[in-house]
Amino acid sequence: MAAAPPAAVELRALSKRFGGVLANADVHLRVAAGTIHGIVGENGAGKSTAMKLLLGLLRPDSGEIFVHGQPCIWASPAAAMARGLGMVHQHFMLAGAYSALDNILLGAEPVRGGMINRRQARTRLELLRQQYGLPVDWDSPVERLPVGVQQRIEILKLLYRDANILILDEPTAVLTPRETAELFANLRRLRNEGKTILLITHKLKEVMAITDQVTVFRAGRVTGERVTANTNPTELARLMVGRDVVLNLAVAPAKPQVGVALEAADLHLAGPAVGGRTRLAQVSLQVRPGEIVGIAGVEGNGQSELLQALLHPRDPRCRTSGTVRCLGQDVTHWEAGRIRELGVALVPEDRHREGLLLERPLRENFLLGWQRRSPFSRGGFLRPSALTSAAAAAVEEYDVRPADLGLAVGRLSGGNQQKLIFAREFQERPRLVIAAQPTRGVDVGAIEFIHRRLVRARDEGAGVLLVSFEIEEILALADRILVLYEGRITAEFARGEVSEAELGLKMGGS
Amino acid sequence: MKRLLQPLLSVLLGLALGLGVTALAGENPWTVLKILASGAFGTGYDFGMTLFYATPLVFTGLSVAVAFHAGLFNIGAEGQLTMGALAAAATGAILFRVASPWAPLLAGVAAVLAGTLWGAIPGWLRARRGSHEVINTIMLNFIAAGLANYVTLYLLKNPESQNPETRAVGDGYLLAPFSWLGGAPVGWATPLALVTAAGVGVLLWRTSLGFEIRAVGQNEAAARAAGIATGRVQLLAFALAGGLAGLVGVAEVLGNVGRFRVGFSPEYGFLGIAVALLGRNRPGGILAAALLFGALHKGATSLDMETEHVTRELSLVFQALIILSVSADGLWSWLHRRRSSC
Repeated sequence: MAAAPPAAVELRALSKRFGGVLANADVHLRVAAGTIHGIVGENGAGKSTAMKLLLGLLRPDSGEIFVHGQPCIWASPAAAMARGLGMVHQHFMLAGAYSALDNILLGAEPVRGGMINRRQARTRLELLRQQYGLPVDWDSPVERLPVGVQQRIEILKLLYRDANILILDEPTAVLTPRETAELFANLRRLRNEGKTILLITHKLKEVMAITDQVTVFRAGRVTGERVTANTNPTELARLMVGRDVVLNLAVAPAKPQVGVALEAADLHLAGPAVGGRTRLAQVSLQVRPGEIVGIAGVEGNGQSELLQALLHPRDPRCRTSGTVRCLGQDVTHWEAGRIRELGVALVPEDRHREGLLLERPLRENFLLGWQRRSPFSRGGFLRPSALTSAAAAAVEEYDVRPADLGLAVGRLSGGNQQKLIFAREFQERPRLVIAAQPTRGVDVGAIEFIHRRLVRARDEGAGVLLVSFEIEEILALADRILVLYEGRITAEFARGEVSEAELGLKMGGS
Repeated sequence: MKRLLQPLLSVLLGLALGLGVTALAGENPWTVLKILASGAFGTGYDFGMTLFYATPLVFTGLSVAVAFHAGLFNIGAEGQLTMGALAAAATGAILFRVASPWAPLLAGVAAVLAGTLWGAIPGWLRARRGSHEVINTIMLNFIAAGLANYVTLYLLKNPESQNPETRAVGDGYLLAPFSWLGGAPVGWATPLALVTAAGVGVLLWRTSLGFEIRAVGQNEAAARAAGIATGRVQLLAFALAGGLAGLVGVAEVLGNVGRFRVGFSPEYGFLGIAVALLGRNRPGGILAAALLFGALHKGATSLDMETEHVTRELSLVFQALIILSVSADGLWSWLHRRRSSC
């Protein structure tokens, strides 16, 4: 039997410990040259740690790394880069005001006599562009370019540095469906030209669509390696979570009631925004009790602004004109706290920034927002025993793990943090739920739980406003879908009235 | 446990380094330590003077800590305590005839209100305009000093004195010193400091407002999203910080000299930052840290007389070294790592 050709990347028995946590335990990974290899797993499963070890950003406690058959012990990330490894991070590393060309050169400028030789660089980049079919306007400041093009620049940055193993971390998170399709076409072309691609993602559909092989991580270990053609999403989800998971929740149609849970009329937010976009203009929407209204759109098209305008209408930084009605009251000039007390539950879009006090214990995070309400407060004084018993009961009901009320919330996994937020926000039956990106960075198992909880709130008569960048999530849950594009609502659909492809086009502005 | 251990080790390290300095200067460190200890705690009077120096530091330490818990840095305690002392002295000088017990109460309220006002200004500017409290409090320190000079020299000047000080307050305002402390000017202001520390503890950890203050300090965006009026909480916290610093006026004016003296404070306001840091912004820690700094200050005064090569300024060296070792976060995490990796 002939020896197999050396793999582009091979990790053997790699282990890495942080304090008491085993981030990677005996990780084996083999990526054949010239393939697209999916790396999937829940948050905290060890994908990023493995990639950081591979890139020399971390040092393994034990185990070996081989690149093209050569054992490698990285002295620095630069050493890994010199061997042809490169990564496109989820959040791009670009200097916004610089041109695409300069961003690509940054750190690897061809210099002649102390001057940057841009002409030489341009010639080389033109060749790369033609070889891989990656059109870019070299001279525009990158901040004016669409996100998909910015990503292309990140990829060109690696190609310019002669990378032949490209690692992409959640590359589709910020892309429209159309940009995603373009990216995938580009990745296939890169593969056909001999590049090796590692694709970190949590979207199983994408794994199925583009990868040749896939490695699944769970709790720091590799739980499965599959040839993509021989597996299916259900199996991958089971490998990721360790049990069977309902991927597509069947949601019964809504029975919306008469009345209005939330109504915005002609909301505007003027002011400078990235790329000269409108922040919010003429946004009118209505959420009735007992229905889920989904706001579909690509990240950065006014979702954050809309949420802020609804929650802090009084603040001139959040709303310049328009009115907000909430549960029968005109709340346009109300303070946020008073609006929340009407029975508004909020799942904020960025739970670390807006949802939690990461350094504080579970107990205090459960209190956040309820610190003046009965039974936690009496006469301005807190009642620790009431808090402890309510928090303990809620943590158990929502299965937050570990159920240690004294533990700093920053030590919980993303899914458990989100469950804690749900436990807090749903401790009294809400009449309006505003949920933004409720499943972002949450493991597959918790996604199912969160979706069920939102549908239950709806069935109990709450109006639900769901803002999400995930088309599948919107299509599965929303009874009505509004498309937010460049700060405006550009389309509206009822459940079942629109296909994924059509919605994707609308989200892209066509 | 670790919460207690680290400041304790910092103090010991700072003291050891400071004594090392005295050895370099040609003194026997052991002798210096004995002089310090007996200077601070040797007699009832010595201990009384230690408490006298410690008391204002409790107030300013608490002031810095309350602002800190709201995520704000109060460099303005010096100005706030100046305003507090000035208000107490002015009340006592103008409403000369008020009798005890109303008089000290009145002056105390005036001191707190003046400090509160001086804290509320940067708090309001921060909440309303987003302008940074550090800059504003520094500027307000200068304004308070200038204002105090003006009032002292032009409005309430003591005609019987060569020193820049206000007229004496009425006798009804004075808090008598405790007789058992050998004549040290320590009266009810010191128990007041203890009660205030306990009150701050209750406020921060046992009330809804305290939770809001800490939530804003931990994560302003999350507090805002939870419906907390973050601007109002910041304003309140800063006003409270100012009021706490204003209480220094009670100790100085009512408990000690019965008037406002320009430059009376050996930078209690800035030392309060050190006290809060060493005390980890906890009331109990602040009490301990203030006592330590008071003892160093008092103990070091004996060095002038009893040693050849070092002077009372050594207390500043000690304080500086202790602060350095507390702040040496890197050192502590390095030690921690070493221990856990073994």
